[in-house]
Parts: sequence; C-alpha cells; structure tokens
Amino acid sequence: MMIDLPIRSIAKKLRSKEMSSVELIEECYERIEKVEPSIHAFITLVDKKDALSRAKAVDSRISSTGSPLAGIPYVMKDAYLTRDVRTTAASKILDTFIPPYSATVHQRLHDAGAILIGKTNMDSWGHGASTENTDYGPTKNPWDTNRSAGGSGGGPAAAVSSRFCSFGIGEDTGGSIRNPAAWNNITAMKVTYGRVSRYGAIAYASSLDTMGPTAKTAADCALVLETIAGHDPYDATSSTRAVEPYSKEMTQSIKGRKIAFPTEFYGEALDSEIREAIREAREVFVSLGAIVEDVSLPLLEYGVPVYYILAPSETSSNLSRYDGIRYGGSRALFTRESKRRIMTGTYALSSGYYEAYYKKAQKVRTVFIQEYQKLLSSYDAILSPVTPMMPTEFGELLDDPMKNMMADLYTGIVNIVGTPSLSLPCGFGKGNLPIGMQLIGSMFSEGSLFTLGHAYQSKTDWHTHLPSIVKS
Amino acid sequence: MTNYEPVIGLEIHVELKTASKMFCGCPADHFAKKPNTITCPACLGLPGALPVPNKKAVEWTIMLGLALGSTIAEVSKFDRKHYFYPDLPKGYQISQYDQPLCRGGKISTSFGDVRIHRVHLEEDTGKLQHATVNGKKVTLVDFNRSGVPLVEIVTEPDIHSAEAAKEFLKTLHQIVRYLGISDADMEKGSMRLEPNISLRKVGETGLPPYKVEVKNINSFRFAAAAINYEVKRHANILNEGKIPVQETRGWDEARGSTVSQRSKEGAADYRYFPEPDIPPMRCTKSETDAIYKTIPELPKVKLKRFQTQYKLSLSDAIQLTDTGEMADYFEQTLKAAAVLDTPFSAKEFANWIINKKPDINDTKPASLVESMREAKSVVAVSKDALSEIIAKVLLENAKAVSDYRAGRQQSAMFLMGLVRRELPKADTKIILDALKKALEDIQK
Amino acid sequence: MIIKSLSISRALHFRYNDPMKGSLTTSDIHHISKLANLPVTDEQIKELTEQVGITVQYVSKLQTLSTKGVVETSQVTGQENVFRKDEIDPSRIFTQEEALSNAKRTHDGFFVVDQVLEEK
Repeated sequence: MMIDLPIRSIAKKLRSKEMSSVELIEECYERIEKVEPSIHAFITLVDKKDALSRAKAVDSRISSTGSPLAGIPYVMKDAYLTRDVRTTAASKILDTFIPPYSATVHQRLHDAGAILIGKTNMDSWGHGASTENTDYGPTKNPWDTNRSAGGSGGGPAAAVSSRFCSFGIGEDTGGSIRNPAAWNNITAMKVTYGRVSRYGAIAYASSLDTMGPTAKTAADCALVLETIAGHDPYDATSSTRAVEPYSKEMTQSIKGRKIAFPTEFYGEALDSEIREAIREAREVFVSLGAIVEDVSLPLLEYGVPVYYILAPSETSSNLSRYDGIRYGGSRALFTRESKRRIMTGTYALSSGYYEAYYKKAQKVRTVFIQEYQKLLSSYDAILSPVTPMMPTEFGELLDDPMKNMMADLYTGIVNIVGTPSLSLPCGFGKGNLPIGMQLIGSMFSEGSLFTLGHAYQSKTDWHTHLPSIVKS
Repeated sequence: MTNYEPVIGLEIHVELKTASKMFCGCPADHFAKKPNTITCPACLGLPGALPVPNKKAVEWTIMLGLALGSTIAEVSKFDRKHYFYPDLPKGYQISQYDQPLCRGGKISTSFGDVRIHRVHLEEDTGKLQHATVNGKKVTLVDFNRSGVPLVEIVTEPDIHSAEAAKEFLKTLHQIVRYLGISDADMEKGSMRLEPNISLRKVGETGLPPYKVEVKNINSFRFAAAAINYEVKRHANILNEGKIPVQETRGWDEARGSTVSQRSKEGAADYRYFPEPDIPPMRCTKSETDAIYKTIPELPKVKLKRFQTQYKLSLSDAIQLTDTGEMADYFEQTLKAAAVLDTPFSAKEFANWIINKKPDINDTKPASLVESMREAKSVVAVSKDALSEIIAKVLLENAKAVSDYRAGRQQSAMFLMGLVRRELPKADTKIILDALKKALEDIQK
Repeated sequence: MIIKSLSISRALHFRYNDPMKGSLTTSDIHHISKLANLPVTDEQIKELTEQVGITVQYVSKLQTLSTKGVVETSQVTGQENVFRKDEIDPSRIFTQEEALSNAKRTHDGFFVVDQVLEEK
C-alpha cells in the first residue's frame, strides 16, 4: 500500500520515479470507492479526473528542490474555504456555497503541489465531539463502524485512518483535531494559537481556533506543519515567529526531558482502559530516558465551564454573518446543537450577564494560563488523556448535553491557554478500539513535542496498525 | 409660559479619506462606483475572512483627538458591536466600546466651550436603497461602503441652541478639513450627524429624563432646522405636563418636520466584547508626540496670525483662512511677490484673491502676482490729458462738486472713480493730487 | 475560599432529566432567540429552554472560583499594534460577479432583501 509509507519516503520515490503521484491518487480513489460507503468521511469528493490531471502535472515537473508535499493527496475539513470547491462547514446553510477565495493554508498546500482530493465531514461549525451534529450524516469509525469517528473533525481523521490520503488539515478549537485522532489511531498536532493562519477557515471561536495537520505519524505531521505554518498578513493574530525545521530537529534523543503526569487527570472520570494505556506509555517514555513525574494540576474541573462560555459566546458572534443575504440559507437551518451553542453564547454576552459569564471566563482563563506557564517552565510536556471515554456509540454524546461537554474535558483547556498539543496513538482497548494520548507543551514548543512523539513512535508500533476494513 | 433651554449633544461621523478601507485593502473611495465592485472577503463578511486594521486610520484618529485637545489612550482596542441589519455583513460592526482612542477635549465657540466626550474609530456599513423590483417592494444592498474607516465624535450635551450647533459643526468641519483627513462633505455623506435633543427648564442643571435622536440630516442648515423644530415640539409636550417619548426620529426636509422612526425603549443590547481577531493597540507618549507634530496650523491660530502678521481685517482673514488650501495659497502668493520684488501690500493681495476669486488650483501664485502687476501697472499720462478729463468730469457732475464743496468727502472719491474709469492705468496718487487741486481751484 | 463544585465523574453520569432543573425560562429563550436572530418553533422552545438552561447552570459553577484582582485575557498572542499599511490590495478585490456569486437574490448588481421597514 503506497499511501501507507511515510510522506518523506513517498517524496523520495516520486522523485526517483519509482512511484508516480498518478499511481498514488489512483490507489487512493480505488480504496475510497471500496471503503468510503462504509465510512462516509467525505462531504465533497474532488472529481477523480481533476485530481489525476493535477497529479500528472506534478509528476512532470517534480524536482529535487520542490516541497516534499508535491504530489501527495490530502483532505481538508470542510471548514476551510477552497476556491471553486464547495465548502459547507457540514451545514445545510452552506449547502451550495462555492467560495470565491481560498484559505491561506489551502493556498500554501496548493503552491507546494499537494493534491486536494476532498472536503471532509465534521460537526457543523465545529460544534461537537463526534461528527454526529452534521447535516450530511455521521462519519463512521473505521475501527468499528457502529461508533463515532470523534469530532468535530471526524471526517479528516477517518480519511487518514482509512488510508484515503496521506494527511488531513483539521481545525482544533476544543479538541476537534485531537479527539478524532485518538479515536482513529492517528496523530494530530493542535498548534500554538497563531502558529498557522486562520484566514479562510470558517471561524468557530476566534480566540481558540487553531489550524493543524493530522496524519499517520508525528513525522508526517511535522512535514505538513512546516509547509502551512508561518505569518500571514491577512491574519492579525498570526505569529511572526520563524517556523522551525521540525523534521530535521525531531530525531534527537529525549534523554533527560521532563514530562509532567497530573494525577487529577487520571482519576475516576477517566475510562480505565485509557488510564492503563497511558500508564504504559509513561513507561515507554521512561525507557527512552525521559523523566516522568507526578504533579498536581487541580484546575482541571474548571476547564469545561470556561470553554463552554468562551466558545459558544464567540461562535454566537461569528455565526451572525449567516443572514442569507450574500450567501447561504436561512438561520432556521442551524441544527439543534448549534442553536443551543449560539443561544448559550448570546446569553453569556448579553447585557446583565456579560460580567458574570464571558468576562469571568476570561479572568479564569488568565488563571489557567498562569498555572500552565508555571508548570511548563519546569517540564517539557504534560502527558494527558485526550478524551475521558472510549469511542462512543452513535447517539451517546449527541443526545446527552452534559456528556457531550465532558468529552472536551482534557482538550478544551489547551485551547484556552493557547499552547500546542500532540495527540498520538498509544494502544487499543476492548473491541480493538484505539486509544490516544496527548503531549501538551508551552507556547511554540511544537518542535519539542514532535521530538517526544517521534521518539515514542520509534519505540512503539500502535500507529502502524490498520483497521480491518482497510486491510481487507 | 415656561422657559425652556435646549440640551443638545451631537454625534458626528466622519469618513476618513484613506486610500484603503479600515480592515482590508479595498479602495476606500466608494463614491459613485457601480454597486458591489469594491469588496473583498473581509468587507463582504464572507466566512473565514479576518480584519487587519489600517495604521493610517488609527494615526489620523489620534491626530484629530490631539487637535481637539483630547487625551489619547495609552492602550486601546477594538470591540464587536452586534446587531442584525442587511447593511452589516458580519452581523457585528467592529467599533470601540470602553477603550476608545481619544477621550475628552473641547471646541470653543462664541456660545461657549463644547466638551468632547470621546473620539473613536470604527468601520462603516454598506448602503441600502429602497426599490420596487417586479412589482415587489424590496431593499437593495451595496457593500462598496462597507468597511470604510469612520471616526465617531461624541460631544457632551453642552449645546443649547441651533445656532450654537451650527457654529460648532462649522468649526469641527473646518478642523477636519484642515487636517486633511476627510472631505467631510455632508451632501456626499462623508460627514454625518445626529443631534440628541432634549429640553429642561431654564435654571435647571441636571440632564432631562429623555432625549430624542434625529437622523437623516445632511446639511448644517437642516441640522439647525431640525433642532428648532424639535425644541418647539418638546416644549409643547412639556407644557402639557408630559414627557416627550425617548425615540429616534428622521428629519423630513419636504415636510420641514421630524417623523418618528421607532421607539428607543431602552438601549439596544449590542453584546460588546473585545474583538478577538485584532490585538490591542498601544500608543506611547513619544508616538503621540510624533503625531502631534504633524498637525498643521489650525484655523483659529491661523486666523489670529493672519490678522496680526498681515494686518488684515477680521472678515478678510476669515475668508482667506476658510480652507487650509486658500490660506497657503495666500501666503505663497506673498512669497512669490517678494521674489518678484512686487511692492503691493498684503491687503491688496487679499482683496485681489477675495474679489477676483482666482482658481487656486489652476493659477500659480507667481502668475497671480504677474496678473496683478499688469492690471495695476502705471502708465504715464500727460498733464494735459489728465486736466482735460478732470475738467470734463467736474463739468458733468456739478452736484458732486457742490456736495464736495459743502463738505462731503465721499464725493471726491466718487469723482475720483469716474476719472479712474477713463484712465485705469494711471497712477492713483497722481490722479488724486490733480483732482484735489482742480477742486480747490474751482473754489477759488 | 473552599470551592464546592460539580465533580467530573458526577457530571459524566448526569442525564438531563435529572432533578437538577434548568435555570432559564421560556421567556428568556424568546428574548435570546430574538437577539440571536434565530427562528425557533414552539416545540424547539421547550427543549431549548431545558438544555440551554442546563448548560448555563453548569457553567455558572465558575462563579465559585475567586478571580479577585485578575485581569481578563482577551487573546493569548501577547501581540500589540498589528497593522497594515494604508495601501490598496488589488489581489483580493472581487469583481461584481464574484461578490454576488453565492447570493440567492440579486438585481442589477445589488443584493436584494424584502423591504426593510425600520431604520437601525
């Protein structure tokens, strides 16, 4: 299976003409034809003809100096504007929306020669943790098609996990790229806020949204991040800090690196299988020479309330532009979950409540930032679960607002403080369901996280397992 | 009959004439362009678009604040102001709420000082126009104007008459134009104003328990008319023992009255919160000082200087300093005259410019000096020719002569004018001397 | 100040038809839906009142955490003074056709809505 190779290897073979991008795209579309009906990762699949013609063009001009992403197939969560390719945010409101411009991230990948093969399913507007709050039908988990692929970026994760493509571009506001990565046995990087341009990404919560790569491995994610990261004059919150050469630097030894293990994270609230898997992962890090220490991070239980004030508030604002006049359909088409979030947010911003809710949440945000800064000044990373529960059955989360909120327990808080986090596979539970963990770092520590992740993936092989639906 | 005093505050919006819009690189000049031809993802409010603020717009707002004597905020930010309306593409306007760029300041008028409450920066909305399409009443929306930088100036309720309002507005208008930051053309809509009007009994000092906002005013004249209308209307209601409804009204020029638009039952809930897409702004004292240095000489100062330096009358000085361009032109003319060694007085240049109204954009100062010299150039006239003309004039104007002899000095000037008409290029002094002598001779 | 708050595991086992009542009324929901310009049917009102109420009640737990003297964080970049030069950017300007391309109703280059009665 060509697509199962690391991106760097594919890039080599494309240049030595051992493999062509056309063959790669053919293989992907063949698999999509066979497996996609069981998964439903795509909202819009790019016409195979168009993808192949781009592949052909890339093959003909591929050079040793071009980007390693040239000729590599990828998908984008349908929250990214792609010029002339329908973009829906998984909502009927944008069912026929054809963007007249492209997101910066898409433009950069296009310029690098990467090949977009489709726009993938998600929870509408980012509102969810299971890709069930979508107007296009849920995405099924390739590891158990009776279960959710996670969310809100279930589509890109399922696509990568099912080997429809080499990588996906997701978006993480409260766990939307990490949660599906954990539930689909793949890797994802929730970047530092401002590391990657948000221009052209449909906004969920402006002060929390991050755009990032999801792929089989940390090494693949690093390659993608090198291409998409960096300052964008069209995004006033994007960082001017130089993008490090992550791929080059991530092969270092992790001897002596310190990892924090917050005991509050591993209590009763966490599924026991997940707890066990991460405890084993802890030992792997120790065996690699890292120092893992128990610490206390007691603010965990305030993370969800802060997130569920800030995110709904900002989304209620960002979704105001969908009035049906310049584009889109009626606001009555918002799903129940989206309506709930918009209303919660409107309430939290409204006169008489703003101080007690939004402003209060922003103050607690400061407290969190200080706590994490303090901890991360003595540790390279925090080892944390990604979700408190294993991949859920359909309906489990969507019909239960509290449980739905709790799915973001470990992830939302990272967006609140703005730091990066790498989600990686660390084992399997009953029924061969994937388990993931995350390494949370300080601002702009993606390089360090990639190094830790790559070291882990050099010693373990969880990430190489394939779902049976793909193997057959 | 109770005596009431108007209590008026003004809210003025000024479109900045920057090259580009407030939060994107679309051209800010939207006047008379085909609809929806200068938009981009940001000002059209497309999904995924983001705002990036225009540095010059911020600097110009600070400059205006400094010119008005405001305090410039060290830290300032933008906020989102939410409401739904078809001309507002994002469903919120990026404006400033609790940390505006400028606070305080004042404009002095002959009616007293009018304090400035605040000056802040925001983006303009699109434009609506009513129409009937296929028999159906619709509203057409054009987003060319969406995103143009708008400065909002709010005064304290220190204005107490329509005339005071007019003077304030004219003064502010002049300052804005002097700074070169806006055309401030009320007809074109690059300056808009909304008075907030209420009445209280003369002698009372608190604010009245209501206020009426008036919209749709596009000239200073209409502003005065609207204020006067409202003052009468409020007085009538108050005399009945009632309180005027707190609401927004529109000025209807055709009817010469205001018309109720909607009740302002309590303030709208704009759900302000800090704009997360734009980092805050910090302006240090040295940056403020640097902007201050770029402020040109302002109207009041220039007016005084023109009177003292050039010994011009108040009325001449007012005319010459009406715009910065006119004032500069006048001074450039004087400079050119000095270079060309022309002995005319500043007053003569003033008269020439004021009366002859040359096109100052078309006429170089040096050419104007040349024209003046030519017009006033002295041509030698023979004594005989002069005596002949003087004699003729005196003969034909016996009444003027006898008036002069009776003591009316003006008659001499009258006769002088007639002689000069015959000899336009003759030296004034020579004519005057000859005429006076001739008049004396008659008396003998 | 000792804080008593909803523990995580209790939250995970919570069902919304628990005795913990929602904290909003239907008239609150009516008001919010107007502010948010969200059309809601009568059936939806009941469900929304309950579920939004539960969310609001849950997040209210934040009130119990002391934030005395803490300044709010509006954004985590730490950046200030991010501006653009006052220049025209021709690369992003839409043609009229592009600008109108996704609208359902247009006329002579304008976007069209039913006549707006009120001034804003």
